[in-house]
Amino acid sequence: MFTVAIVQSALELGFIYALVAMALFLSFRVLNIADMTTDGAFTLGCAVSATAAVAGHPVLGLVLAMLAGACAGFVTAFLQTRMGVPSILAGIITNTGLYTVNLAVMGFSSNVPMLKTPTVFTAAKAALGDGAPYKLILAAGITLVVCAALIAFLGTRLGLSIRATGDNPDMVRASSINTAFTITVGLCISNSMTALSGAVLAQYQKSADINLGTGMVVIGLASLIIGETLFGRGGMWIKAAAAVAGSVIYRFIIAIALRANVPSECLKLISAIIVALAIAAPSLKKNLTMYRRRTAARQGRGRDHA
Amino acid sequence: MLELNHMSMTFNPGTVNEKKALTDINLHLNQGDFATIVGSNGAGKSTLFNAIAGAFVPDTGTITLDGADITFLPDFRRSKAIGRLFQDPLKGTAPNMTIEENLALAFLRASTHTSPFSRITKADRDLFTERLAQLGLGLEDRMKQPVGLLSGGQRQALTLLMATLVTPKLLLLDEHTAALDPATAEKVLELTKKIVAENNITCLMITHNMHAALELGNRTLMMDSGRIVLDVSGPGRATMTVDGLLDRFAKNVGRSLDNDRILLSKQESAAE
Repeated sequence: MFTVAIVQSALELGFIYALVAMALFLSFRVLNIADMTTDGAFTLGCAVSATAAVAGHPVLGLVLAMLAGACAGFVTAFLQTRMGVPSILAGIITNTGLYTVNLAVMGFSSNVPMLKTPTVFTAAKAALGDGAPYKLILAAGITLVVCAALIAFLGTRLGLSIRATGDNPDMVRASSINTAFTITVGLCISNSMTALSGAVLAQYQKSADINLGTGMVVIGLASLIIGETLFGRGGMWIKAAAAVAGSVIYRFIIAIALRANVPSECLKLISAIIVALAIAAPSLKKNLTMYRRRTAARQGRGRDHA
Repeated sequence: MLELNHMSMTFNPGTVNEKKALTDINLHLNQGDFATIVGSNGAGKSTLFNAIAGAFVPDTGTITLDGADITFLPDFRRSKAIGRLFQDPLKGTAPNMTIEENLALAFLRASTHTSPFSRITKADRDLFTERLAQLGLGLEDRMKQPVGLLSGGQRQALTLLMATLVTPKLLLLDEHTAALDPATAEKVLELTKKIVAENNITCLMITHNMHAALELGNRTLMMDSGRIVLDVSGPGRATMTVDGLLDRFAKNVGRSLDNDRILLSKQESAAE
């Protein structure tokens, strides 16, 4: 059913998009904030990376993309913590503004082709040789390094403060933790990871497009939830590994769907349904149990009367 | 150690909901003082704690801690020196983080000389194990478990340890045993006495138990309508009975105390 090429490209994309899943792990799970900046930050990463690569600086492009993503996260956090904008709305506002910014970064064109442009992947090809799975090694390498750095960071004083901010606001208010600061740092980091994901993807597929990030928050959540459902219980390392695994599995699901001749236009709807069902699952389960008990109780009563 | 000078606070001034929560509070605590505070609901006990912890800036007056004026210092800067426990045992710990992570956070944020990127060391971990063992709850074997799995009493004991892991200048206890069952409350109270005495911590404790108010610590304050109406310490306190305290309250305020929980606790202690 799967050729080696399909497995390999699913793994490559899985590792690249895993950064978004990790970013959402930080904002959605750790900080308990649904960060709508994600879509725009992803496209911003693509745009910055592509523009820098075309200008001849592919590696610098990844770094700049992370910085740009952090700035986007900062704007969202600033609106939320200092201006009193509700967190979801803050993300949507930033996201809307980013559309113009992203177009501007790409020189007011809706896409940047980079067919002959040297990228980090062509550099990896030159270093590792044509025969090696250089794309997979590079994508996995970047993701694993970033994940390891994130987990190490979450064990530091600042990292623990960020985790406590999402876990128990009451406790944090009574502690010497400035929640405005921890939320800001958290959103800067998560959006820089999202942007890095977009940056790597742009160089991987040799083009950047203004619509690349559309629906990215849902795709990232789908990956995160798939991973959590299958492997999620345990310490930080297991949770991070679960997010990466979820992202890879999501790409396999997409590959299967495409192989089963599902039109690629339908993929966003499928992702949306996966996320809606996954998030609704606990609630659905509870309602179903209740319904069964009620039906059983009614039938029991019916027998008594008869 | 702690000095409150002419501190007053009115909420919603100029409206029908105007509430004079604190009126001209003057209080001086010496290093190592352990004062208990009693008073009926709405007397201003928790508001006093909120003011000291920095939840709001009082309308007038100053707050001095260890010689430094902290009146306008934001709460998150104060709490390095001030430990606080609430009645609700769920308020003081992060449920999805492990015991070790909770302790690490408390330890790292209260220690001096740590950068935002500092981590706990092996020596710190050994210290946590040792201090947890002193609680006598067996928590030292459960360092990697999420705090959400602990009982209310265990969580409150852990919160107490977190607040005193690095000795604070001032410890505020806001009825921290009121939500626990009597046996657990007794145990947490014993731990409190032990930890406070061992580290010579300056401490303020709100309680509704008149018996405990006289027995614990070296000073008893009574509050009513935002004022400190009674302040007993020294020999006068050593011979004071619960009835004596209520009489003094009635004399100072001009009416008797009407709080079920306080009066019930009085009956309980009379029955003992």
